[in-house]
Amino acid sequence: MAVAAAPLRILIGKVGLDGHDRGVKLVARALRDAGVEIIYTGLHQTPEQVVATAIQEDVHAIGLSIHSGAHNSLLPRVLHLLREQGAGDIALFGGGIIPDEDVPRLKAAGVQMLFGPATPMQSIVNFVKALHVEH
Amino acid sequence: MSERTSRFTSLSGLAIEPVYTPDHLKDWHADRDLGLPGAFPYTRGIHSTMYRGRLWTMRQFAGFGSAEDTNRRFHYLLHQGQTGLSVAFDLPTLMGLDSDDPRAQGEVGHCGVAVSSLADMERLFDGIPLDQVTTSMTINGPAAVLFAMYLAVARKRGIPFSRLGGTLQNDILKEYIAQKEWLFPPEPHMALTVDTIAYCAAHVPKWHPISISGYHIREAGSTAVQELAFTLYDGLTYVDAAVNAGLHVDTFAPRLSFFFNVHNDFFEEIAKFRAARRLWAREMERRYHPKNPRSLQLRCHAQTAGCSLTAQQPMNNVVRTSLQALAAVLGGTQSLHTNSMDETLALPTEEAVTLALRTQQIIAAESETVNTVDPLGGSYFVESLTNRLEEGAQDYFRRLDGMGGMIRAIEGGFPQREILEASQRYQRELERGERSLVGVTDHVENRQRPIPILRIGPEVEQEQVARLSDLRKSRDPFRMAGALEEVQETAACHQNLMPALIEAVLAKATVGEICSALREVYGTYREPVVL
Repeated sequence: MAVAAAPLRILIGKVGLDGHDRGVKLVARALRDAGVEIIYTGLHQTPEQVVATAIQEDVHAIGLSIHSGAHNSLLPRVLHLLREQGAGDIALFGGGIIPDEDVPRLKAAGVQMLFGPATPMQSIVNFVKALHVEH
Repeated sequence: MSERTSRFTSLSGLAIEPVYTPDHLKDWHADRDLGLPGAFPYTRGIHSTMYRGRLWTMRQFAGFGSAEDTNRRFHYLLHQGQTGLSVAFDLPTLMGLDSDDPRAQGEVGHCGVAVSSLADMERLFDGIPLDQVTTSMTINGPAAVLFAMYLAVARKRGIPFSRLGGTLQNDILKEYIAQKEWLFPPEPHMALTVDTIAYCAAHVPKWHPISISGYHIREAGSTAVQELAFTLYDGLTYVDAAVNAGLHVDTFAPRLSFFFNVHNDFFEEIAKFRAARRLWAREMERRYHPKNPRSLQLRCHAQTAGCSLTAQQPMNNVVRTSLQALAAVLGGTQSLHTNSMDETLALPTEEAVTLALRTQQIIAAESETVNTVDPLGGSYFVESLTNRLEEGAQDYFRRLDGMGGMIRAIEGGFPQREILEASQRYQRELERGERSLVGVTDHVENRQRPIPILRIGPEVEQEQVARLSDLRKSRDPFRMAGALEEVQETAACHQNLMPALIEAVLAKATVGEICSALREVYGTYREPVVL
């Protein structure tokens, strides 16, 4: 068991052009209620903006919601930028409308977890807390 | 015998009693609150004969990939007996970006059709007689630009604007509230909306310049009462803006239209449509005293609730959609989109969209629910629900009035916060087992039964980018630049932008170029963070 670590800091945001923020806000609230510090970026973020904010805010992980169908280009781009900027230790997870068949490829590329529709909030909270222990 | 639970509530949280009797309608007067179909306060419908006269328009929202892909789907749907077109644009287009903008990467053609130029619009409507079909276009931020393109296509084909019929969604207030696809700050956006309303009143008289939308508000997690309240209040805000711009209410109010969600709670949804018509008629009468009765009539389109569909056991979605569609019909909608079973996963396949259209056709042809107008009128329960929805909306109206109107309320995050609270309440009820979703919370199957889904290949984006590159090389740069300057000058001196926009699209300026030019005049908007 690790000694009391700094409070968990997570960036939660939306990449891509869609405005579906119902789910991401519920996730942010659930994590906040579970004692996680949330940096919420809001909508329409580019991968460049997300990575810059993540590094500046010194977060443990990034959780991105995407419902636009652009996950196959945007999520790998975030991973690439994190590594390029020496922040490859920041974990990336995501959620939204992501077809099952795209999941293995995104995970192989380094996305830690993808949460599909109707995921219970507690599963996401448990996942994020487990990340912290690994950290 | 004891009851299954201690408290029965509607999906929106209204307490529901075991049985409804005349006691629940003590202050209700049939003459005043119900009336007859086609007569004030229009609770029973805006037409005296309703579906005995003419069925609703079956209008499936469609758009994906390139203009050619969607054009083929349009021809297919018309061939299958659909009676109106409805265009879904992709996200870059909705955000006023061209297909070759860096921010469009990976999004081109995914959630709708990519339209960056007049040439794309011409291909989209190739072979479709614009004077014989009606077209609904779901576009908001750059609505005036895409409308200018549609008008330009008609002009090039020699079709007079007076023969064009259709609807522009063009509802920017609900973008700030729920759908979040705006381009500019609220004030210039409102002015642009008023421009389209004024232009239609003068030149495109059969067009509905705005479809005031509750659909997205509901999808964002609102209750039925909130959907009703915010949508109708948005409607009054547009009327106010148009009247303040000098338009007489009767020149445009008969062409306003509405767009509602139809969710799972069957009776609550029916009551919502009835309450919407009555409340609109009463508010319009009280606030603007129109002479033309059509200014009091709330016309609407309805779409079954996308957010009610589940990725688990997707075929169950057909059943959900059927019930919702029937509620819209019993509620008296003028047109209807039924969702396809695969829409939680991707845009619908041709098979799925055909089944969704058949669902409406079966209700129309086989259920015999269309033979009498407002069959639930006079039901103690439905009338009581109708009253409660209207009262709930009126409460919100008073609060919004107190805040100084909808734009101030949006800037303060009020409707956004109300919706977020409602969405969280529902999520908690679901997770505590107080609400059920078949296939998700109950009757869960571990066995996966995948259904085919539509994929959009990367070639759509590559072709769009190549086309735009050709377009930019082939056009007259001086005419294009002059047209954009004219757009900016017209915007800066608050004149009606539509004529300048039509010239700009004819000069082959793209959606992205026109919207960038307008951003230089209008600025951008950052929403208040509501979490």
